[in-house]
Amino acid sequence: MSRFVRGLIGLVCFLAIGEIVGRLGLISQRYLPPTSAVLTALGHLLVDQTFLRDVIATLLAWAIALGIATLIAVPLGLLLGSIPVLRTATDAIVEFIRPIPSVALIPLVVLLLGTGPDTKIALATFASVWPILFNTTYGLHEMDPQLVDTAKSFGMGGLSISLKVRLPSAAPFIMTGIRVASGIVLITTISTELLASAAGGLGTFIESARAGGNQMSQVLAGVAMAGILAYLVNVILERVQNRFFGWSEAKDA
Amino acid sequence: MTTATPAGPVEDTGEAPAAGAASLGRRVLRSVLSRWLVFVLLVLVWQLLTARIQSPFFPTPLTIVGAAGKMWFSGPAGHLFVSDAFVANVLPSIARMLGGWLLAVIVGVAIGIGLGRSQVALDYASPVLNFLRSIPPPTLVPVFLVLLDIGTMMQLTVIVIGVIWPVLLNTIDGARSVDQVKVEMVRAFHISRPQWIFGVIIPAALPKIFAGLRVSLSMALIMMVLSELFGSTNGIGFELQFSQESFDLPGMWACILLLGVLGYLANRALLAIEKRALGWHNGARQNAAG
Repeated sequence: MSRFVRGLIGLVCFLAIGEIVGRLGLISQRYLPPTSAVLTALGHLLVDQTFLRDVIATLLAWAIALGIATLIAVPLGLLLGSIPVLRTATDAIVEFIRPIPSVALIPLVVLLLGTGPDTKIALATFASVWPILFNTTYGLHEMDPQLVDTAKSFGMGGLSISLKVRLPSAAPFIMTGIRVASGIVLITTISTELLASAAGGLGTFIESARAGGNQMSQVLAGVAMAGILAYLVNVILERVQNRFFGWSEAKDA
Repeated sequence: MTTATPAGPVEDTGEAPAAGAASLGRRVLRSVLSRWLVFVLLVLVWQLLTARIQSPFFPTPLTIVGAAGKMWFSGPAGHLFVSDAFVANVLPSIARMLGGWLLAVIVGVAIGIGLGRSQVALDYASPVLNFLRSIPPPTLVPVFLVLLDIGTMMQLTVIVIGVIWPVLLNTIDGARSVDQVKVEMVRAFHISRPQWIFGVIIPAALPKIFAGLRVSLSMALIMMVLSELFGSTNGIGFELQFSQESFDLPGMWACILLLGVLGYLANRALLAIEKRALGWHNGARQNAAG
């Protein structure tokens, strides 16, 4: 039997168990609906304007936050990582700020910026700058110093060394950082949406389905949708990494 | 141990390879010193900036530390100066985070070894695992809020399910990587199953497992806070929410800082354990390289 067929059987069994457990009614169907009910709900939601708008809101927030974080962290990393003293300082700062769970900042940022989309984008950006910055400076540290010396002896200036020598050598590490950051952005965005009810997005949809009379098939459909989206985003980023940085060993760093 | 070998590639430790123990010691000392120097400077700049702008949203670090002291460390000497709020809120949070994480580690390693050593089982499970681990853990909170109601049971469940994936997937990876010579040797010598699992597979998978442990530990902190922000009657997250509702900004900042300190200490402790547990591994790699 091929791997694919086995995987398919596994998936079908998983869904079937969900159906059986739901139908047996060990826990009231209102709380734990069978798979078929969840899939039906998901089917209805996929053609529902408001739901699609929520999905797009989450994806947009994800893309904007990841984009801004990359635009901040990569140039900053290139600058800081090229100067040893500054690199030590950044590493220390990253080390102290990174352990603060971004989720803990939600109540504070809600007070500062309200419950609109700005809040989740600001939080997700803040949380995802650190892994990209860390990986950029790490990548610069790992590169062969002879590359820079060679470029210098050919008379290249500081800026063009940064852009043409340092950036390409650190790029695979930066990509790893972006992939880590992508997961963090999604977690922070959805957490904010769950807690700040006016933020909109998939998290808000899930939470209002729960709060509005425990509509569990809707809640689970929303969770499944979040899983599918996260899976697709990860596959795409993995493809990008393999396509452009397949040559590097930094992939698993 | 390997001080005589010339600098091999020392990975993951973050220390530069050095020729001798003395020079290594000095380097470590210098890096520790410079790290804390940066820390002190950072706090100083923070103090000066916040003292200058006088914004109620950004209290000075001194005010925050004062608030933290009043909240958690104003108890009697007999209680090690720890206040009732500390016992009521901080300890349960730490217990939930570590308890949930440990449970996830035990279950994750057990399932991971099973799946890692059986290609067939892995083939069946892998699409389901891939989907389940993609689900953003925060979405679990509303689900289990319905299934289990507010309370420690709900929080523990959410932490366990939310943080198990890095451990599970890394254990699978590590268990698969046991080298074939060892597998055949074990077969030839009829080594017992427990010895095979605890003596061969787990040590071989340990470096990978530790990588998973670190990711899931920081995730456990996030899930702990989130589940307490959502629905809880105690805990640091609860205190944070309470401070927000009463516009007690220094209190909020104190909670955030405390969570950061917890995350930092947990990570440091795990690193120290990893260093002990994997000392042989790094040493072996160094020898092989040198």
